[in-house]
This record gives sequence, structure tokens and C-alpha cells, in this order.
Amino acid sequence: MKTGKLTLLLKFMAGYKLLYLAAIGAVAIATLAGYVVPLVLRLTIDSVLGGQPIDLPVFAVRMINSVISMEHLRTHLWITAAVIVCVTAVAGLFQYYQKKWSAVASERTAQRIREDLYDHLQHLSYDYHVKAKTGDLIQRSTSDVETVRRFIAVQFAEVGRAVILLATAYPLLFSLHVPLALLSIPIMIVIFVFSLVFFKRVQRAFKASDEAEGRLSTVLQENLTGIRVVRAFARQKYEEEKFAERNKEFHDLTWKLVRIFASYWSVSDLLAMGHMCAILLAGTWYAIQGGLSIGDMVVFLTVEGMLLWPVRQLGRILADMGKASVALGRIDEVLQEPTEYPPEPAARPAITGRVVFKEVHFAYDDDREILKGISFTAEPGMTVAILGPTGSGKSSLVHLLSRLYDYTAGSITVDAVELREIDKKWIRSHIGFVLQEPFLYAKTVQENIGLAGRTDGDAGVLEAAKEAAIDDDMEQFGKGYQTLVGERGVTLSGGQKQRVAIARALITCNPILVFDDSLSAVDTGTDVAIRRALLKRSTNATTFIISHRVTTLSSADLILVLDDGKIVQSGTHEALMRQDGLYKRVWGIQNSLEDDLQKELSGEHV
Amino acid sequence: MNTFEEHDYSKRIDPQLWRKLLRHAARYKWHLIGLGFVMVLVAVIDAVFPLMNRAAIDRYIVPHTTEGLGTFLLIYAGLVVVQAANVYFLILLAGRIEVGIIHDLRKIGFRRLQELSFSYYDRTPVGWIMARMTSDAQRLGDTISWGLVDIVWGGTMMLAIGVFMLVMNVTLGLTVLAVMPPLILISFYFQKRILESNREVRKTNSRISGAYNEGIMGAKTTKTLVREEANLVEFQKLTNTMRTASVRTAMFSGVYLPIVLALGSIGTGLALWAGGMSVMIGTITYGTLVAFVGYTVQFFEPVRELARVITELQAAQASAERVMSLIETEPEVQDTAAVIEQYGDAFEPRREDWPSVTGRIEFRDVGFQYKDGEQVLEHFSLNVAPGETLALVGETGSGKSTIVNLACRFYEPTEGQILIDGADYRERSILWHESNLGYVLQQPHLFSGNIRDNIRYGRLDATDEEITQAATLVNAHPFISRMEKGYDSEVGEGGNLLSTGEKQLVSFARAIVADPAFFVFDEATSSVDTEAERLIQDAVQKVLKGRTSFIIAHRLSTIRSADRILVIDRGKIIEEGTHSELLAARGRYYQLYTSQFLEEEEEELLTHH
Repeated sequence: MKTGKLTLLLKFMAGYKLLYLAAIGAVAIATLAGYVVPLVLRLTIDSVLGGQPIDLPVFAVRMINSVISMEHLRTHLWITAAVIVCVTAVAGLFQYYQKKWSAVASERTAQRIREDLYDHLQHLSYDYHVKAKTGDLIQRSTSDVETVRRFIAVQFAEVGRAVILLATAYPLLFSLHVPLALLSIPIMIVIFVFSLVFFKRVQRAFKASDEAEGRLSTVLQENLTGIRVVRAFARQKYEEEKFAERNKEFHDLTWKLVRIFASYWSVSDLLAMGHMCAILLAGTWYAIQGGLSIGDMVVFLTVEGMLLWPVRQLGRILADMGKASVALGRIDEVLQEPTEYPPEPAARPAITGRVVFKEVHFAYDDDREILKGISFTAEPGMTVAILGPTGSGKSSLVHLLSRLYDYTAGSITVDAVELREIDKKWIRSHIGFVLQEPFLYAKTVQENIGLAGRTDGDAGVLEAAKEAAIDDDMEQFGKGYQTLVGERGVTLSGGQKQRVAIARALITCNPILVFDDSLSAVDTGTDVAIRRALLKRSTNATTFIISHRVTTLSSADLILVLDDGKIVQSGTHEALMRQDGLYKRVWGIQNSLEDDLQKELSGEHV
Repeated sequence: MNTFEEHDYSKRIDPQLWRKLLRHAARYKWHLIGLGFVMVLVAVIDAVFPLMNRAAIDRYIVPHTTEGLGTFLLIYAGLVVVQAANVYFLILLAGRIEVGIIHDLRKIGFRRLQELSFSYYDRTPVGWIMARMTSDAQRLGDTISWGLVDIVWGGTMMLAIGVFMLVMNVTLGLTVLAVMPPLILISFYFQKRILESNREVRKTNSRISGAYNEGIMGAKTTKTLVREEANLVEFQKLTNTMRTASVRTAMFSGVYLPIVLALGSIGTGLALWAGGMSVMIGTITYGTLVAFVGYTVQFFEPVRELARVITELQAAQASAERVMSLIETEPEVQDTAAVIEQYGDAFEPRREDWPSVTGRIEFRDVGFQYKDGEQVLEHFSLNVAPGETLALVGETGSGKSTIVNLACRFYEPTEGQILIDGADYRERSILWHESNLGYVLQQPHLFSGNIRDNIRYGRLDATDEEITQAATLVNAHPFISRMEKGYDSEVGEGGNLLSTGEKQLVSFARAIVADPAFFVFDEATSSVDTEAERLIQDAVQKVLKGRTSFIIAHRLSTIRSADRILVIDRGKIIEEGTHSELLAARGRYYQLYTSQFLEEEEEELLTHH
């Protein structure tokens, strides 16, 4: 793990470091207590039953003798049993605390990372989300976080335990019998290195198998989503062969993995059991020669057994650390992405809805200008309709107003305050914005409409729903306003979604409303009904409507005709009808319809 | 409301279900038997090792003799080698079974999915099927193989330890084994708790994924609504649940292990106390004492494994139910045995016996009703001549799609019959019918791979030349040759590297290559850019030529060029005729046409002024 990643990890763990240290302390105590059982056994076998003098440092002998005599123990053997039970219970207690503390610390850390990510993602720019790869971001927020969590919850503690165990076991063994302790070192090293090398190498096989599984899922997914195409071309057999190939590939790669593991574990077991065999044999030899008691041998066998498993696992844990480091890096990459909210204070003026554009220019990536000098004034309560071909900059214009993007030159003022100075969330919370492709949350219809808050409860929802002409559709949905939207509930048609989004925007009674081509997904009649409802409101919002429909456009107070980032015509319907231009021609279509139909009926083509 | 809520566990073990499942594992019968045998051996040897320690102490250390130590070494080394070999075979066998079962279940499942009717796909989310084919199949393979390993090992080990202890010394054995019953009870209790709380963690985890999904997909809307804080607050509820559930799970295992170890230490204590006294009076040896102590340290492990596996079986049973329900779903549209006999099935067709087709299709008094009882068509009759182009016009839900789906035999009529060249299509095989179809969807679907392969999907033996010809015919050639790798360019997953218009054109080329007698075109409602639109319109005309075609039409030029227009409303033909006839009638078609006309002309003007 590189130091940069470590600092990052420590930053996430801020506040829980002590808890973590406590957990490691608990591991240490529990581990040390683990030695008591073999040591008590040794004392019992050698000194209590065997009658040999206690073979321990002088102070320990004195301590034991001051508490109890061997003769007493011999007649009260239950005391040794009680000591074992008590010490194990105490060790268990610390083990429990270790689990608890490291769980709390790691879960809190994971929670912090999750929330940081979620919050950060929401605050990334509009542009970022236009281009975002959802699948990849979700992967980073879920499985990468999980990898990091597992690392701090399990692997850290495992490494700690292994290190403590190794650091204490050998001094103990050496104090008992130097040659036998020396004998155990080389095989331990071999087992450790073997596992380390193995787990490093097996990563590649794991990756290959993971990738094959990914390909298998892709084929399956594509087959299922394209099942109509499969059937329409009668390609079942072809698809089956395609799937069989991927299925077999995954099968073969996992089977290879199985074989690798079979070899690894059997060799590793051979080494470990061979090691125990060597200790037993050598121990027996030394015991027969004298110099090693039965109790010593029991301690050796037990402690060596305790050491083996962590040493064999260490390789895997160390190999997994690399994964945690990569995961942390991927998480950090998202968090390093700058948010669209700078920390400096921004203005929060009262907003009534006077909007002035002056020579506004805008370009996405500096290379191509989308808006080239837009100027107009919208008084509070005015309806501004915007007409123009695809790519003329209509959407960009209204996006600027909500500061979803910022203009590159010129000036936009809202109630005489320069828009760039106004807090983004402040201005957005004063604009009811209906996006071209609105998103509904996985909540009930009622909740979706009431989302923007600042409502007067259910009555407000109902009123907004009526204004947006969605109220009549409610009976279609099983539970009316309480129907859940989305995958787990009903699927709304494009027009219904749009109207729910409109209701959601209307409920706030904001001083500014924006319909980004959002009325065209509803039919003409509904469009008229919605606009009529808007006019009936007591306080009129400054309303921006992007639309192709001339009927929608004609009733606006100001019509802007955009072409190639410039306003080519502006004015009221009457004014524009007097000019020869795009607007008049669009309007003219309606009148020519009858003529065209006549022509068509008489055989001429339009 | 939602029939696809996941039930991830069922209460009781259902032996019938497992028997059915094991039938799918019949291929691995010998592997399973072999594995069981190996596991018995592994467990017995594991239980023998403490006896070896005992022998070392009693035979050599206590009497201070090295006599026979060589033989002892050989026996021990032999056991080690045999055990290592056992481990090798156990992993190999269990792995073979696991990997094999997963592979086989997926294979069977996939074939079934290719046969299932569209009604199945209409009501089943893709994610639901994916889960069955991936994680559920995985879990089953895992449970059957490794579950067997753990059960046989745990059971044999417990038995062996018990027998060895009782044989060494009955009284001491019984004393020590007294710890067993509470150990078993506690293990089952905790394993169940751990599993349940794990389940909550998993559920919350998938809700968190969902929340991220929503947070990212809805980010733009969230901005306009200034919902960032409110969303975060909702999200924090989830992460809080996640944290508490995870900590709870950790605590359960954090409590369980110390308790079990403490219980084990009571066993150790008992062995030491009672065993020590026996040593003093000489009824047992030092070696036996050490072996007893060793067993008491060891025996909580098989108990824990058994408890874990048996609890997990219940969870795996839910997976088994889900996978079996997929495999056992009967397709609603299927060929009769007689038809399969004559024409073959989807995987082994007998093409040489297939009748040729001219392209006449007749709906004779057809009724159609969805499974939920919704009647879409009633007494519907229609006669389409070979080569005729039919445009279906009407609102969403009017029944246009049903008519087309019936014509494609994606559904079958619930009343009446549909005849192809005068014969009920149910007398022919599904594959025969589908082989005569060409279908271009509203949302064109391409498969990962290059453009060439996607076009060739229409006819697998099409030459490169034919592919280029088809692409040229439908105006796809220019954009393809502009691409860096031309026909070898990758289209990405679902074709997403191409624009919608380009995908349309490629899917037309695919249909051309197939050269079907019947052609179905579901026109897109939302327009692509005008240039692409013109190319598509042109392509459509070429594809329609000489084929019996059904078009679910939205564009005027497509509708106008049809030989016959059907205006459908509530499953009935309310107007029928050519474009001019219907216009002159000034009915529903006239209304649709004029409003559509306005919109399209406006759009046209705006982009072409």
C-alpha cells in the first residue's frame, strides 16, 4: 500500500483511529491469553502430575509458589481446569471487543466513504452527469467501497494478529527449547513465501475468470434484451452456441482455478503437516534424550498449530492489500473531481423574475460557440417562447438561466443581480425547471410531485396535479397518488412522466418557470389545458417555454426565434407575423394544410 | 403489486425440490460418491493425528526408548502424504462438481429461455432472469459441492472423535462429551442469527446500489429541484441501516466464537481435571491425557461447520426454487409433438422438409386475450396478399402491436386462427415461421461484435459481398465506410457506439440479408435527425419491396406509401383503405393525419429553412 493511499485511508478513518488501536490492543491481549492454556497444561503435566520442579523464570516460580503449592494442586486438580476456563473466557471477552470495535470502526469508515461519495456525486457539475458512465460510478461506490471496508475490517486485524502471534510465539518457544524452536523457523518461512508467491500469481487466474464471467453475463444480457431480434431471425441455435462458448470458457477458466487451488492447498497442507510431523519427531527425540519435557512438547505442538494457519493465510491477505489500494485510488478519483459549488459565499437576492440577457456567449468546450451574443429582457410574469431548429442553442439558453452551465461572456442579470454572483442552489430553488427528459424517483406519485418541498401538503399536490393535467390519469394506477413509480411499481408513459414533472415544478410557485421542450411530449389539447391553468394563477411566474408548436408559441408575450446561437427574430406573435421570416412560415403551414390536402386528393404530391 | 419481490429463503427443507435438483447433478454421481469417500477419509485422518501424539508420548517418551521410532515416522509420513493427496482430490472433485453444475444449469436455463414465449418476457424483468442465471446458479453449484464436503467432513469428524474418545476411556469420554449438546444448540442458534442478519446486510446493500443508481441517473433533475441535501438525508438512512446491520452481524459472530471457545475450554478443563486424576491413579496414560485435551480443542470446529452448512441449505433452497421455476416454466407458444416430428425444433430443425412460402397471411376470426383476462382482439379478420404493405395506425394500446405479435407468432390467438398460405401456422414449426420473418424494432437492438457480424445475423451464410450490397441498398454503406475499421468496427454493447439512426440502418441491412417473406417494422416515434430520417425512409421503401409487410407507422411518408392503411381502435379496424380514400372519408385517419402533418411540416421547416 503506497503512502498516498495510506494517508487517504487514515483521512477516512479520522475519529475512529483510537477505536481501531483499541481493537488491535484487544487482539494482542486475546492472543497472549491463548498461550495460557498450553502453559497450564505444561505445568500440570510436568510439575503437578510429573512432580518435576517448575521450569519457569525464578520470579514466576516464586509467584506461583506463593499462591499455591503443587501438592495442593495435585489434590485440587479442578483449579487448573478452572484457570483454563477463566482465561479462555477472558480471552473470549477481548476477542469479542476486538470484533466489535473493529466492526464499528470499519463500518463507520465505510459509511463515511459511502456518504461522501453520494454527496460528492450529487454536487458534481451538470456537464459531468451528462457524460457520466453510470455503471462504472456505481461499481466504484459499491464494490470498491466494499473492498476497502473488508480490508480495514478483516485484513488489518488478521495481519495484526499474525504479527503479534509471530512476535510472541518465538520468544516463548526459544525459552523452552532452542534447537526445536530453530527447527521450526525454516519450514514456516517456506510456507509463508510459498503462499505469498502463490496468491500473487493466482490473481491473474482470478482476473481471467472474472472477465470471462463478465463476458458470459454480457452475452446473456444481450440475448435477453434482444430476444425479439433473436426470434425474428430464428437464431436460437446460433445464440445457444454463442452462449455455450462463453459458458464453456468460464467453466474452463474456473476449472483451471480449481486445479491451481487443489495443487496449492495440497502442497501447503503437505508442508504444514510435514512440519508438525517434524516437530513431533524431533520433540520425541529430544524428550527421550532428556531436556524436553512432555509438557514442553505439548506447548510446542499447540503453539506451532496456532501459528500455521495465519502464516498460510498471510500470503492471501498481502495479495489482497493490492486490491484495496486500487479500490481506494478509484474512489479517490471520483472525490477529486471538482464540484460545481465553490466554497466562497454567493449572493442570495430576493427574486421576482426579471431576467436580462446582454450579449451572452456560451461554449461547451471552448471550441464551438453555442450561443453567440444573446440579448433580451423578460419582465416579471412574462411568458417567453423560444423557437428554433435542433442545435440552435435553445436548451443551452435555459440551462444558463439555472446555472447548470455558466456563460462564457456577456451578462445575465436576475433582478439586477449578476447571475454568476448568485448562489447556484438559491437560483435553482427559485426556478421550476422541467427538463426535456425528466427523471422520476422511485417513490410514490404523490411524493414525486411534492418533492420540491415548500408545499402546502396534499392539497398542494392535488392542485398541481390538476394544473399539470395528470390528475385524470390517477385512476389508471392501482393506488392513485400512492402508486409507486419505476421498476418496482408502474411504468409511466413518456407523456405521463412529463406531466408529473410539470406538476412537480408547478407546486413550488417559483417566480421563474422553464419548460425545456417538455410540453411537446403531451398532446396538443393537454398542452393548451396546462398553459390555461398557468394563466389562471394569481401570481404569474416569468415563464420560458421551448416548443415547436405554433399554438403554444403564439400566446407568448415575447417570442425568440433562435438560429445558430443567435436571435434571428423576436417580438410578439403580431409583430412576427408582420415580418417575413421563420416564424411566419411555420405559422403558415397550418393555413396551407387544406390546400395541400386538396392537392393530394387530386393526385398531386406535396 | 410486485410479483418479483425476492424471497430469499424458505422455512422448511423441501426434499422433493432437492431431489429434482439432484437429478440435474446425476452426471456427477460418481464424483459425488468419490467426494464423499474422500471426505470420510480426510475426517478420519484428521481425527487420528492426536492419536499419533499420544503414541509418541506413551511409546517413546515415557519409556525413554527410540525403538520403533522409524516405523512411527513412516506411518506419520504416510498419513501426511495420504492426507495431502486427499486434499488435492477433495478440491478437485468438489470443484469439478461445482463448476459442472453451474455450467449445466446455465446451459439448460439458456435453452429454456430461448423457447419461452414473449408473454414471459413481457412480465419478467431482465434483471430477475439474470439473477437466476448468475448468482442463483452459482450458489447452487457451491452448495451442492462444498455443502457435501462440509457435511460429510463435519459428521464423520464428530463421529470419529466421539468413538476414539470412548474407546480410549469411556468415563472420561462421556464426561468430556457432555459439552457437546449445548455446543450444538448454541451453534445452530447463532448460525441462524448470523445468516438472518447477513441477509439484511445484503438487502440493504442492494438498496444502496439502487440509491446510487438513482442518485446518478437523477442527478440532473436533482440539481434543478435542489434536492441534494434531502437526497443525502434519505441516503444516510440507508447507510445507517447498513452500518447497524453490519455491526450486528459482526457482533453475532463476535459473540458466537468466544462462547464456543469457552465451552470448548470447559471440555478441556474437564479433560485435564478428570484426566489428570486418572493419570495419577494410573487408569490412563500421559499420552491419552494429551490426546483428550487435543480433541477438546478440536471438536468445536466440525460442530460449527455442520451448523453453518445446514443453515445455509435453507438459503440455498430459495436459490433452488428460483432456478427450478425458471427451468420448469412451460413456453406458452410451442410446437406440438407432431409438428416437431415433421419439421424439427428450434435447435434441430429439419429444413429440408419445410414448405416454401409465398407470403399470404390471413387472420380468421381471431380473438386474443392476455393471461390476466384482458381482451385485446375480438373476431378480428384480415386478409393480406403476398407482397402487400400494410400500415397500422392507432393510439398506444389500440392493439396494433398485438396484431403484429400474433402475425409473428410471438403470441398465438386464443380464438380463431391465423393462416399462412392457407394453412394454420400452428401446423408448421415456430422456427419455420420465424425464419420467414424480418423484424426491425423501434429501438433497434444490435449485439456486441462488429458491424459485419451484426448484418450477417440476418443470414449466417451471407458472403461479405452480400453484406456490403445490403448495407449499400439501405444507405448504411457510406457511414460504415467512413468508420475507421469499416465493416469490422465494433458496435459496443447493445450497439451503443452507434447513433440511433445508424443502428436503424444496420438493422435494415440485417433484415435485407435475411430476405424474409414477411417483414415487420415498428417505426420509432421520436425522430432522429433529419438527414438520418431521410436515409431511413429511403431504406424502408427498399426493404418493403416484394414482401408482405406490417408497419406500425408513425411517419407520414411511411403511411402514405403503404398499399393499405388500417386504423385500429380498441382491437377493431375502424377505417381501412388507401391514403386518398381515407383522407376523403374525413374520419379518424383524417384527424390523425392533419395533426401529425402539422407537427412534421413544422419540424421540417425549422430544420430546412
